[in-house]
Amino acid sequence: MANESLKSKVQAYNAKVERSLEKRPERKNLPHNRLYTPLDTEGLDYESDLGFPGEYPYTRGVQPTMYRGRFWTMRQYAGFSSAEESNKRYKYLLQQGQTGLSCAFDLPTQIGYDSDDAIADGEVGKVGVAIDSLADMEILFDDIDLGKVSTSMTINAPATVLLAMYIAVAEKQGVAVEDLKGTIQNDILKEYSARGTYIFPPKPSMRLITNIFEYCSKNVPQWNTISISGYHIREAGSTAIQEIAFTIADGIAYVEAAIKAGLNVDDFASRLSFFWDVHNNVLEEVCKLRASRRVWAKVMKERFGAQSPRSMMLRTHMQTAGSMLTAQQPENNIARVALQTAAAVLGGTQSLHTNSKDEALALPTEDSVRVALRTQQIVAYESGLGDVVDPLAGSYYIEALTSEIEQGCWDYIQKIDDMGGAVAAIEKGYIQGEIQESAYKWQMDVENKQRIIVGVNQFQIEEKPLEGLLRVDEAVGVMQKAKLAKLRAGRDNADLTTKLAAIEEAAKDESKNLMPYILDAVKAYGTIGEICNVMRKVFGEYEAHVSL
Amino acid sequence: MEKRIRVLIAKPGLDGHDRGAKVIARALRDAGFEVIYTGLRQTPELITVTALQEDVNVIGLSILSGSHNTIFPKVLRLMKEKDMSNVLLIAGGVIPDSDIPALKAAGVAEIFTPGTPTASIVDFIKANVK
Repeated sequence: MANESLKSKVQAYNAKVERSLEKRPERKNLPHNRLYTPLDTEGLDYESDLGFPGEYPYTRGVQPTMYRGRFWTMRQYAGFSSAEESNKRYKYLLQQGQTGLSCAFDLPTQIGYDSDDAIADGEVGKVGVAIDSLADMEILFDDIDLGKVSTSMTINAPATVLLAMYIAVAEKQGVAVEDLKGTIQNDILKEYSARGTYIFPPKPSMRLITNIFEYCSKNVPQWNTISISGYHIREAGSTAIQEIAFTIADGIAYVEAAIKAGLNVDDFASRLSFFWDVHNNVLEEVCKLRASRRVWAKVMKERFGAQSPRSMMLRTHMQTAGSMLTAQQPENNIARVALQTAAAVLGGTQSLHTNSKDEALALPTEDSVRVALRTQQIVAYESGLGDVVDPLAGSYYIEALTSEIEQGCWDYIQKIDDMGGAVAAIEKGYIQGEIQESAYKWQMDVENKQRIIVGVNQFQIEEKPLEGLLRVDEAVGVMQKAKLAKLRAGRDNADLTTKLAAIEEAAKDESKNLMPYILDAVKAYGTIGEICNVMRKVFGEYEAHVSL
Repeated sequence: MEKRIRVLIAKPGLDGHDRGAKVIARALRDAGFEVIYTGLRQTPELITVTALQEDVNVIGLSILSGSHNTIFPKVLRLMKEKDMSNVLLIAGGVIPDSDIPALKAAGVAEIFTPGTPTASIVDFIKANVK
């Protein structure tokens, strides 16, 4: 038999290599096989395992022609200081050829505190833009047509409030809500396991998420209601397999919660989207993307009985790995990001943010963001990587690794199912523990030089501190406080009190969808802190599982 | 037997990036220290109270959100008020070089920036613990 002959030849090759290993040892941290052959893809069935792009199980991509028609959306995550400053940066990025917006909010906004809350001291405007009320949101999107641009908002625990503000701004601009395009992250489970900007406990948080699914399916049909995120899990230190496994397990929990709330799977599943990290190992990342699409398609079809093809497609945004940027010799990061971009494109992403070279040190300057965006444009227009759909398919290694990652993912999903699902696994600290373990192993590998990071543990030079870093003006905190005082003095407070009371009543009744109530309060210029505090009163706050 | 060095690793402010804090906490534990990790969203008040209750020799603060110039001085002020001059305060995270001299002048013993091997933090603590 042909395979028997090949098998013995592969064995002979390996035996020959093994004999010379003493003289020519191999490096550490390499894939299990040194060479991949047809033996490694023996069980693979082209039609059922790969199929065609735009067709189940979507291994080769979610669109039939991928980048031959339109490139991925180039979407730089941006936002800092005040709404005025960030509005300027958004306009600059759009002018430079960026094709979608992505809003970064500061930590008080992400955790539902107003800028004048004592706990916000020192954090206002730092990691993103400070948004306290609709008044700030109006400035943030001033002169940007929300009917034309698509906007992604990294907001989770208070996603209802920011989505309501976005809808309110659109209405003021005269844009029909059903035309709005964009995404809210709205993924609370990875906040508990990896990112940290949670407010409420899991149960009411899952309710808020399903409220959004339901509200948008009826009112904002083109909106991506969630971006189920592996990015932060990977950044917290997980492996590639853990990234997609824990994220798909979170996805399963959301779908289950929505079905339990009475929604029909095909009414909301087509608006679920994902968010992956793109790390340094180019081929592993390509396989991770291909495997994740195959797993999700099977989960939706086989586990949840979805009928619509759109419910089975894993559409994703990606961001290059912030944790792989080095503070040492920051120029080198441009090369890293270029390789990561190549991986994202070869893997078939729908949208991409490329990090800037200076982001291990500070928020990026306008110049460094431009280079990051240009990197995407170079890959798109000059490299040819997007000319053919899924060009790496059929490589023995690519197919074997795709299957291996898929299997690793199923094993974790099984384990998490056995624990009672993602929420239970997080409450037990299991997912956090797995991530921590991988993070520690990575760090030890770097320290023992089992893993080389150029400029960090090898090829170091004496260097001067990088100059011209972006600094957020400390005055933004004072400015936001003054804006808030003026807002509170100028609005109809009696009307707002009634609207906040209505949120409180609705929050107590699980059968109510909170979105319309929050929208009312937002339009009356209720602040994010005021609205979230009402919900804190009813829902309580999450107590984190702390372990080492 | 010599008393083991006790370290409190704390995440002040609203920052959720705890990969570094947890890796360092574990590395310090593996190096033989007693380590307490606070978890996220600790106020300066809470951190100093915990440090006193746990009778630690070292407080390690980790901030990657840019709020270090507000929060580190607050912790230092409380340490002074509570007469904690025998406790070593160290810090790490995304902290621009240009901020470091002022923070050190204010009393932060050392600031460890991205890429620092955990072994050099262990050595620093051993050499400087009061």
